[in-house]
Amino acid sequence: MPAPPTTLNPTDPPPPADDPWGGQSRASAVAEVVAPVLLALCGLVTVLTTLGILLVLTVQSVQFFLKAQVGVGDFLLGAVLKPEASPPKFGILPLAWGTFLVAFGASCIALPIGLMSAIYLSEYAPRAVRAVLKPALELLAGVPTIVYGYLALLLVTPVLKAVLEPLGFRVDQFNALSACIVVGVMIVPLVSSLSEDVLSAVPLGLREAAYGLGATKFEVSTRVVLPAGLSGVAASFILAVSRAVGETMAVVLAAGTMPQITANPLTSVETMTTYIVQVVGGEASYGSAKYLSLFAVGLALFAITLTLNILSNLVLRRYREVYQ
Amino acid sequence: MSATLATPPAATPAAAPDEPALQARGLRVWYGQSLALKDIDLDIPRHRITALIGPSGCGKSTLLRCFNRMNDLIADARMEGDVRFDGESIAGPKVDAVSLRRRIGMVFQKPNPFPKSIYNNIAWGARINGYRGDMDELVERSLRRAALWDEVKDKIHRSGLDLSGGQQQRLCIARTLAVEPEVILMDEPCSALDPISTARVEDLMDDLKDDYTIVIVTHNMQQARRVSNMTACLMPDVDAVGGHRTGVLVEFSPTDLLFTNPKDPRTEAYITGRIG
Ligand SMILES: Nc1ncnc2c1ncn2[C@@H]1O[C@H](COP(=O)(O)OP(=O)(O)OP(=O)(O)O)[C@@H](O)[C@H]1O
Ligand SMILES: [Mg+2]
Repeated sequence: MPAPPTTLNPTDPPPPADDPWGGQSRASAVAEVVAPVLLALCGLVTVLTTLGILLVLTVQSVQFFLKAQVGVGDFLLGAVLKPEASPPKFGILPLAWGTFLVAFGASCIALPIGLMSAIYLSEYAPRAVRAVLKPALELLAGVPTIVYGYLALLLVTPVLKAVLEPLGFRVDQFNALSACIVVGVMIVPLVSSLSEDVLSAVPLGLREAAYGLGATKFEVSTRVVLPAGLSGVAASFILAVSRAVGETMAVVLAAGTMPQITANPLTSVETMTTYIVQVVGGEASYGSAKYLSLFAVGLALFAITLTLNILSNLVLRRYREVYQ
Repeated sequence: MSATLATPPAATPAAAPDEPALQARGLRVWYGQSLALKDIDLDIPRHRITALIGPSGCGKSTLLRCFNRMNDLIADARMEGDVRFDGESIAGPKVDAVSLRRRIGMVFQKPNPFPKSIYNNIAWGARINGYRGDMDELVERSLRRAALWDEVKDKIHRSGLDLSGGQQQRLCIARTLAVEPEVILMDEPCSALDPISTARVEDLMDDLKDDYTIVIVTHNMQQARRVSNMTACLMPDVDAVGGHRTGVLVEFSPTDLLFTNPKDPRTEAYITGRIG
C-alpha cells in the first residue's frame, strides 16, 4: 500500500493562501492525539484505585489470618465475635447478620416507597407538583448521614418506645428497627430520583401506543413504562441496597454496636461497617489482631457488594426490555 | 390473506349505516394560548378511507388525535366544540376516554412496538381489555390480517424490535386490529417505510376498509389518491397581525373530485405543489 496522499488528490494545485477553507487540517491537531491518551489515563485511575484497594485489603487480611490464628472458615462462619476474650474469637457471622438485618429492613421500607414515588412523579404528578418535589427529593439525598443518626436517637427510638412498650415489647435505646427506619428513609430519595429519571426517559411513543389500545393510566405505568425502565429501576435498587449495606454513622447512632445474632429487631446489633468504626475509634493497638481484623472485615464487605453487583447484572441481562 | 376477523365490528344498532362514523362540529383546539385548529366541521364516512392532507404544521395530527382523545395526554391541549362517534358526543370530561380508545385504534408515524415479544405485542392490548378467548389464535389471526404472519411465524417469541421498520409498522397495525376497534386512525403510517412496505400497508388498508372506518394522514398525494375515498384538505390560516398560523379545513370532497377538480384555490395550489 502506498502512503496515503496528504491531499485528496496529489495533482490538485495547493489551495490559494486566501482560501477560506484552507486552514490547518484538524486531523493532526494536538487535541486529536492528546485527548484519547488523557481520557484513557482517567479511566485507568478508577481501575488502579479498585486494584489498590483490593491489594491493601488482601495483604492486611492475610496478616490478620496469620496473626490471629483463625481459619477463613471460622472467620466467615463463626457465630461469636469477642476480640478481647482469650483466646479471642473472630467470627463475623453476627456482623453479617446485623448488616443483613439493617439492609433488608431498610430496603423493605425504601424500595416500595421509592419506586411508588418515582412512578407518581413520572406518570401522575402535575407539572407544578413535580417541579417542587423532584428538587426537594434530591436535596434530601444530600443531607449528611449523621443527621439521620440524630433522627434515630431523638425521634424514631423515642416514638418506637412510646408505641411499643405499652404493648409489652422492650425497646432498647439502641435497636436495629430504628436503624432500618432511618436508613430506609435515607435511601428513598436515591431510589425515587434515579428511578424517576429512568421512567421519564421511556419514549412517549410507547405510552401513546398503550393508551391508544385502551389502556388505563395504571396499566400504562405498571405494564409498559415500568417494564421498559426495569433495568434502570433495578440499578437504582442495587445502588440503594449497597448504600444501606455500607451506611455507617446513622447505624452506629441508631443500632449501637452489639454483635449478636438475633431475630428481635428491638435490640442492638452490630454491622460490618459499625464494627470497623468501633475498632478504629477504640484502643486496639496498631498491628494487633483486633486492629488487623478490620481489614478482613472490609474485604468481606467488598466481596459482598461485588457479588451483589455481579448477581444483579446477571439477572438484569435476562429480564430487561430494551427499547430504541 | 386468509380469514377476516371472526367478529367484524358491527355497527351499533342505533347507528344507521349511512350515518357518519365520526363528526366534528365547530371544533377548535388550543395548545396553551395558541389556537392550532379552528372551526372544523367534518363528517368521516363509515367503512371508507378518509385522507387528511395539508402542509406541515396545519394541524392534521392534532385533528386526528381529537377523535380518540389522544390530546388529553398533552397537559396544555384544550378542545372546544363537538365531536361525535356513532352520534354520541365524545368531548367533555364525562366521556370515558379509555373505552373510547379501545374502539378507535391508532397507528403512529414512527413504528412504536412495545419492547416485548411479537406475540406479547399483539396479546398485550387484548389482555388489558379482558379478552378471554384463545390468545394464540387471536395473535395468529391479527398477524395474518396485517400480512405479517408468514414473515414472523417462526419467531413470534422474539422481540418486536428485531423486525425491520416496515415489519414493525405492520406489527403495530396487527396490534391495533387485535383489540377489534371500529375505527383506525393512521398518522402518516408509511412515512418511515420503503416503497415495498408502503405498498403492503396500502393493500392492507384496502383490505380492511370493508370492516373498518379508516382515517389516514398523509403527505403523499399519490397515496391519498390511491387509497382514499374521501379527502380533507387542511391549510394554515395566517393571522394578518401576529403571523400566527391556525389550521382550517378548506375542502372536503370525494378524492377523485378533489384531485381532478378542486373547488378551493388553496387546495389546487397545494396538490399541484405550489404550497407546502
Ligand atoms: N404538544 C404540542 N404543544 C404545543 N403545540 C403543539 C403541540 N403539538 C403540535 N403543536 C402545534 O400545533 C400545530 C399543528 O401541529 P400538528 O402536529 O397537528 O401538525 P401536522 O399537520 O400534523 O404537521 P406534520 O405534517 O408536520 O405532522 C403546529 O403549529 C404545532 O406547532
Ligand atoms: Mg403530524
